[in-house]
Amino acid sequence: MTTPLIEVREIGKRYGGVTALEGVSTTVHAGEVTCVLGDNGAGKSTFIKILSGAHQHTDGELLVDGEPTSFANPRAALNAGIATVYQDLAVVGLMPVWRNFFLGSELTKGRGPFRRLDVERMKRVTLDEMASMGIQLRDVDQPIGTLSGGERQCVAIARAAYFGARVLILDEPTAALGVKQSGVVLRNVAAARERGLGVVLITHNPHHAYPVGDRFLLLRRGRSMGEYAKADITLEELTSMMSGGAEMEALTHELQRPGAPVVAPASDEA
Amino acid sequence: MTDASLTSSTSPVRRLLARPTTGAWVAAVVVLVFFSVQTDTFMTAAGAGVWLESASRFGIMAVAVALLMIGGEFDLSAGVMTGFTALWVGVCTTQYGLNVWVAVLLSLVVALAVGALNGVLVVRTGLPSFIITLGTFFVLQGVDLAVTKALTGEVAIQGMTKVPYYDSVQPIFGGSVEIGGGTFYVSILWWLAFTALASWVLLRTRAGNWIFAVGGDLPAARAVGVPIIKTKIGLFMLTAGAGWLVGMISLFRTSTVQANTGVGQEFIYIICAVVGGCLMTGGYGSAVGASLGALIYGMTFMGINAAQWDNNWLRTFLGAMLLGAVLINLWVRKQAEATR
Repeated sequence: MTTPLIEVREIGKRYGGVTALEGVSTTVHAGEVTCVLGDNGAGKSTFIKILSGAHQHTDGELLVDGEPTSFANPRAALNAGIATVYQDLAVVGLMPVWRNFFLGSELTKGRGPFRRLDVERMKRVTLDEMASMGIQLRDVDQPIGTLSGGERQCVAIARAAYFGARVLILDEPTAALGVKQSGVVLRNVAAARERGLGVVLITHNPHHAYPVGDRFLLLRRGRSMGEYAKADITLEELTSMMSGGAEMEALTHELQRPGAPVVAPASDEA
Repeated sequence: MTDASLTSSTSPVRRLLARPTTGAWVAAVVVLVFFSVQTDTFMTAAGAGVWLESASRFGIMAVAVALLMIGGEFDLSAGVMTGFTALWVGVCTTQYGLNVWVAVLLSLVVALAVGALNGVLVVRTGLPSFIITLGTFFVLQGVDLAVTKALTGEVAIQGMTKVPYYDSVQPIFGGSVEIGGGTFYVSILWWLAFTALASWVLLRTRAGNWIFAVGGDLPAARAVGVPIIKTKIGLFMLTAGAGWLVGMISLFRTSTVQANTGVGQEFIYIICAVVGGCLMTGGYGSAVGASLGALIYGMTFMGINAAQWDNNWLRTFLGAMLLGAVLINLWVRKQAEATR
């Protein structure tokens, strides 16, 4: 197999005496989706903060293109082609789609005092990039606030890819969304994968992770509960591990009405 | 579900209504027609010269204030700045015999420094610009009155025309031509040029993109690497620079300046900008709209006089127009931000 874009080996993070993350290993390949699953407080946030350069790991190794690395800050991670798309997406609602797409990195033409925006080119690139994500925008001049949440996220992903991202970290993109919107987001994830990006999808919902994921990293209380390729795990096993497996079974027993038939451990909502 | 169904479509009518300047165009035409029909003097060359002169001074300021407002800030010291810069030149030349050219340039430097101070205080402290510039407003107002009175013994600058080389500067800021019995001042050209330049910067340069972004969503702008501090400080300096230009225009048109010049006009600039479609909350508006707002103001000011109504109604009219404009803008914003 080719060198993974990112490989983490037994990575960990300690804040003074507190261990936030310990012994986590996984890989992110181009054109693949690595899902990081875990409940609240499982260490997902710490894990992405290490990948995105917001924090530095204290144990283990972080390899980018096979080279051991430690990002000093988010800009360094970005320069290495690792972009994070946060929930708020960093878009300005009242500005047109194309202005948002290039905000902060505008294309210009002309020199000196006559340096001006290359509006035509920016509009064309925006249309093309959105099309390659599977969204045909009729009007790149419409305020981005008029797009749906899924479409806005698509702009954020396309923008990251256009500006050289090779790995995309999506932090709980479906957390606050309904079923239909989540579908759009997962389609965006698939589109990013098809473009050859490596995707790290953070979620606590195995039903969202399983259909798009190629690899699943399960975290609980800062520790890895294992890392599986899709072929090695079923949705049921994933769900069971996520919801605490044996623990959940015990809870089910505990909550049962005396005399009622035993039910299977509750699967996730969705 | 096809992907095409995800994109929204906007009808041409709705798009026209959602443009920041549409309301201002309509209002300007209504005011123009109303006073043309209502009075004999309004639509003459003499009348037009008067309302265009008034509109030009307010227009320059309204455009600068509009850019600042789009960038999410206010400048209450904008009005007093027009008096401060003019007094600076008046005092330096008539009291200390400074060369008038040097005094004019020096007052520009001082104005930009005050603007930069406003900007630095706002971005460093994170306090509302309303408070910071209210402070500079009162400081400058006090300085204007106290210094003028202490140095000249009066509350106005006298004897500007006797200053050497006055005649070499005067045509640049205060020149005029007679056309068809009306007096048209060079300030009208300054106004049109400034509006065109501001509009170009806003819509066609990176700086313009950043202005919309810092006013529209500051955290998002920061996240994508927009130079927030540079943009905001630049906007405050622009407003102060516009105050200097209008100060020079007033000084060299009338050859005198009162110590209280400009006080109270900062709100008229804000009204012009809002009538022109700027959102008080930032991130939306246009330079052309602000200019139209000033044109409406100039026409109404002249029209009320020409119709021989009580001048005090002007304020009432302005207030009503502001409220109307704010309500329209609120609706426009909801349209623009509507998430389907």
